[in-house]
Amino acid sequence: MVGVNKLKTMYEQMVTARHYEERLVDEYLVGKEPAFDISAGPIPGELHLAAGHEASGAGVCIHLRNDDTVTGPHRPHHIAIAKGVDLKRMTAEIFGRETGLCRGKGGHMHLFDPDVNFACSGIIAQGCPPAVGAALAAKKRNTDAVAVAFLGEGAIDQGGFLESLNLAAVHDLPVVFVIEDNDWAISMPKDRVTDVADGSKRAWGFDLPGVRVDSDDALAVAEVAGEAVMRARDGNGPTLIEVQVHRRMGHFMGDAEAYRPEADIERAKQRDSIDRLADDLRSHGVTDDDIDEIRERAHERVEDAITWAKKQPEPDPEEAYENVFTNPPATAATDGGENGGAN
Amino acid sequence: MATESRDVTEAAETERELTMSRAMVEAIAWEMRNDEDVFIMGEDIADYGGIFSSTTGLLDEFGRDRVMDVPISETAYLGAAVGAAQAGMRPIAELMFVDFFGVAMDQIYNNMAKNTYMSGGTMSVPMVLTTAVGGTYNDAGQHSQTLYGTFAHLPGMKVVVPSTAYDAKGLMHSAIRDDDPVVYMFHKRLMGLGWMPSPSGPKTAVPKDDYTIPFGEADVKRVGDDVTVVTLGLHVHRAMEAASQLEDDGIDAEVIDLRTLVPLDTDTILDSVRKTGTLLVVDEDYQSFGVTGEIIARAAEGALDDLSAVERLAIPDVPIPYARPLEDEVIPGTDDIAAAVRDLHE
Repeated sequence: MVGVNKLKTMYEQMVTARHYEERLVDEYLVGKEPAFDISAGPIPGELHLAAGHEASGAGVCIHLRNDDTVTGPHRPHHIAIAKGVDLKRMTAEIFGRETGLCRGKGGHMHLFDPDVNFACSGIIAQGCPPAVGAALAAKKRNTDAVAVAFLGEGAIDQGGFLESLNLAAVHDLPVVFVIEDNDWAISMPKDRVTDVADGSKRAWGFDLPGVRVDSDDALAVAEVAGEAVMRARDGNGPTLIEVQVHRRMGHFMGDAEAYRPEADIERAKQRDSIDRLADDLRSHGVTDDDIDEIRERAHERVEDAITWAKKQPEPDPEEAYENVFTNPPATAATDGGENGGAN
Repeated sequence: MATESRDVTEAAETERELTMSRAMVEAIAWEMRNDEDVFIMGEDIADYGGIFSSTTGLLDEFGRDRVMDVPISETAYLGAAVGAAQAGMRPIAELMFVDFFGVAMDQIYNNMAKNTYMSGGTMSVPMVLTTAVGGTYNDAGQHSQTLYGTFAHLPGMKVVVPSTAYDAKGLMHSAIRDDDPVVYMFHKRLMGLGWMPSPSGPKTAVPKDDYTIPFGEADVKRVGDDVTVVTLGLHVHRAMEAASQLEDDGIDAEVIDLRTLVPLDTDTILDSVRKTGTLLVVDEDYQSFGVTGEIIARAAEGALDDLSAVERLAIPDVPIPYARPLEDEVIPGTDDIAAAVRDLHE
């Protein structure tokens, strides 16, 4: 059972994530209108938003501790927020600032926060092997920490995912794989790339439990994930979970989604896991005032993070040469120089 | 099937200018119309038309059997292209970003590139691997690399890097007709995308008819007597901009666009170096053990006595950083090129 306090926490995380991304849209479009130029404005580069995915991040991470590891995909914000990644420093990273989580080197697809054991990768499915490694380390050190790898349904055709399932299974490692099925791999609908609509069935080939949560019902996700995390923590091995989520925005900002039927876009917008969880809260006796208070707190936190991030300094260009190695060799192959660094 | 003939084409076709993406698509479509064995596979290449518009319109003309969206399984579909090529077809397989080669490198360098040799020439692999390269739009370490040198280093792949629409079309015809595997690396910033504006150079007049540009023929984009600048891809345009700035200072730079790395047109480089005595190599790939070092080595091997100074500009052996000031620092800019040429000229 997932108690009301946990549901309130999940709700706050989900509202935070949704509002955060809506605000990022505003900030991202600065300098990109009327003509959209991906490299213009205070947030350049690709931006993959996860509005409609919140139930999965919150429903899974509610069971995790700081010492549990999470690896995320290129669409990571809702998961990072649910895992407790520092929102101010994450935002500063997205704005490319010196005080960002990664000193401006990573950007939104490559967020690393060792304080809460969170990392993500812009290459799909490639967070799976490191999650298996974190689980392996936990097992070798006899801790009861677990690892969770999140990936999209488009990523489950990658070798990196399937190989990870097998490696985790044969060593009974404490890892949970979470597929976020939003039906679309950029422009490719699921039925064009696989004959198996239920991705959780891929667990069966490795003799692992596979469970599909057929709606973005945060409570249902939390119940399934609770069992999977407990199973991992108790030393009983991996689980694969697939959660039906919805892509409320394009694959990335600027994606006009010309390939996607209008009805599908509308359906995604009508289903809202956040409203559904608010109803669940009410049925647990949480008042509308309480819910409003949570929402206000979440919005305030988002605004604080964005305001703080925008005040942060940009990195000095010379910072580009730092951090290639933890122990830099005495004579680097290339020294930073005056002309674009390369001499 | 005409071979390159600029005089004729420029006279007849100066009105019609194409973006690099349109020019690429035109060559692919021509080959698909004329050879049933040509087909194309990749992620988001059908309805989307390629994330960088490298396949726009092909689905409408040729249908899903020949314009195939594939699962995000690069090992499987790039390897399948190898197998289909060995079976006598001429597949084109698109790797969305070159940075994604990591998940499928075995199919690329152990199968695609080596099977001809390891079979003692009894098999061939007539396929084209198209892929988007390059930074300048703040996409960070996993989506901004060119990796030109990585592919050129490993034997068995021809490596093509167009910098204009005219070259993109002619090189694509050559790539598809070639009996060997060709890695066709197109720079995102040159494609003429509305959402990632190109510099003015890559959009050029393009003949409607098919034509080929032979591999291994560099293009001298600007004739000059003072300093040789050898480059490729996006940096051809930055070097041309730098050269026109330098003109005001009375420095006459010669700019060479390599167009293909494998085979490499060493003769054109040596001829130029013998004339100018100085060499600047500009590359958007990592500096060490890569393209710049190779070009300088060839110049040293072939024209050491004529060389008085060399310099190179490349990514200074760091992953591509995200933040704008950091990315600007590591990717050579027009001003960096102009400054390096001035240094050499002094």
